[in-house]
Amino acid sequence: MTAEVFAGLALGLLLVAPPFLPPYFLEILISVMLFGYLGAAWNILGGYAGQFSFGHAAYFGIGAYTSTLLFLRLGVSPWLGMLAGGALAAAFGLAAGYLSFRYGLRGPYFSLVTLAFAEMLRVIAVNTKAVGSSLGLVIPNREPTPVNFVFAGKLSYYYVILAMAVGAVWITRLVARSKLGYSLLAIRENEDAAEASGVDALGMKLRAMAISSFLTALGGTFYAQYFAYIDPTITFGPSVSIQGLLQAIVGGAGTVLGPVVGAFVLTPMSELSRAAIRGRAGVDVMLYGIVLILVISFLPRGIVGSLRRPRRGRRT
Amino acid sequence: MNLLEVDAVTKRFGGLTAVSRFSLTVGAGDIVGLIGPNGAGKTTVFHLLSGFYAPSAGTIRFKGVSVVGAKPHAICRRGLARTFQIVQPFVNLSALDNVMVGAFNRTGDVKAARGRAIEVLDFVGLGARRDVLARELTLSDRKRLEMARGLATRPELLLLDEVMSGLNPTEIEEIIGLIRRIHAQGVSLLIIEHVMRAIMALSQRIVVLHHGEKIAEGRPADVARDPTVVEAYLGEEA
Repeated sequence: MTAEVFAGLALGLLLVAPPFLPPYFLEILISVMLFGYLGAAWNILGGYAGQFSFGHAAYFGIGAYTSTLLFLRLGVSPWLGMLAGGALAAAFGLAAGYLSFRYGLRGPYFSLVTLAFAEMLRVIAVNTKAVGSSLGLVIPNREPTPVNFVFAGKLSYYYVILAMAVGAVWITRLVARSKLGYSLLAIRENEDAAEASGVDALGMKLRAMAISSFLTALGGTFYAQYFAYIDPTITFGPSVSIQGLLQAIVGGAGTVLGPVVGAFVLTPMSELSRAAIRGRAGVDVMLYGIVLILVISFLPRGIVGSLRRPRRGRRT
Repeated sequence: MNLLEVDAVTKRFGGLTAVSRFSLTVGAGDIVGLIGPNGAGKTTVFHLLSGFYAPSAGTIRFKGVSVVGAKPHAICRRGLARTFQIVQPFVNLSALDNVMVGAFNRTGDVKAARGRAIEVLDFVGLGARRDVLARELTLSDRKRLEMARGLATRPELLLLDEVMSGLNPTEIEEIIGLIRRIHAQGVSLLIIEHVMRAIMALSQRIVVLHHGEKIAEGRPADVARDPTVVEAYLGEEA
């Protein structure tokens, strides 16, 4: 209950405060929301179902490229392109997931296969002229047209990604409180025991995969519209995959709010340390690494996971 | 019609035959004991019945329908649940959440699943510990939790794999009572157990497995006197 009150207050602040923030902080807040959103999307498959995807860049990139190409080549509004990208990413995720899960790839083997799928898409994008090859795609400078996902100022983008992040958290909450959520946790804990208890592990994992990849692709479209430029390394590269899962793991994998909390810790930290330690290249990344090591050593269940339920039950 | 009909089932792992032409029937309302020395193939039989292994030969029918090739969750859905010899709780979930996973076998509704899980936890005597994480439960409670999770799926046939191993005599008495109450609810049981006193007291019929083959079957008192059974357990007479 207190967590919900806290979340409500935080959301109120996030709605009201940004118009008064200097542009630099608004940019950081947009990054926080985008990474929190990607973390939440990853969390459904990685945190709840325990299927550690290292390749969510595949879905991010599919989202970014689908909406951008539809807009540049056919003039389709990126709002629609976003949904098309989501659908395509979900289809790709289902195919990749079916191949991996059907043949019993678990743990690190699953992670490696997802990484391979993302790298495969990156290499294809690099070598395909029709999608801009390694130069990528530029969304040309245009008049602000909200109907085409182009806004005059950063504030509007902020509210879009805030709405997306809230939506992702809300979906996570729905999943967590459903048969699907319980089934996913059971699979994460012990897949054989879950099967023996009537959990259709393959079906449930595919459902998680579809939701997770769909949501991740929407984040890709947002990225493309916000930065107006995408290339294969940015969208399909491993750093997108790692960023998403880091927010979730640091914040608390398998918790509703964990990924967003993780983004609020990690993103400002990386931004501020980069700003503070200018001139000594790499020091900020080292600092970032040290904090990660500390969090994983001392809070292995993440920030939210460690706060929650130290020992709620009565013991005898 | 028998609930479970196993006919001439064989399971080979490479050159090793773990179970050889094994046949078994369990009728509705039966309590059947499955005993045999270590390595006799008892747990392999459970893996075959619950869909974790596919037989190399032979047929398995549950409620008249073949379950060969069906996945474990589908077999559970049909009404055959099992426990694991080495208990496999979802350690980071509460006892309640563990049992809810089983209850979702019969409902998609969270409230209904929670209600069923609470009912089953009370039934096995874990009601007061339902919010405790499974990792914090004692072995005895974990065995109960394992049975509760299976029961929550509303099985017609429940396979219990050594639910008394590692327990002290008082705890064993409690588990025997619990198994009787499960049976009284109309659940048929197939039980693997090394605690002879318990299996002799509970079973209406006992099947003895040795080197993957059935060497005896009958009423507990008859099986206990059977020379081949005695030999299997104690070795040849000097």
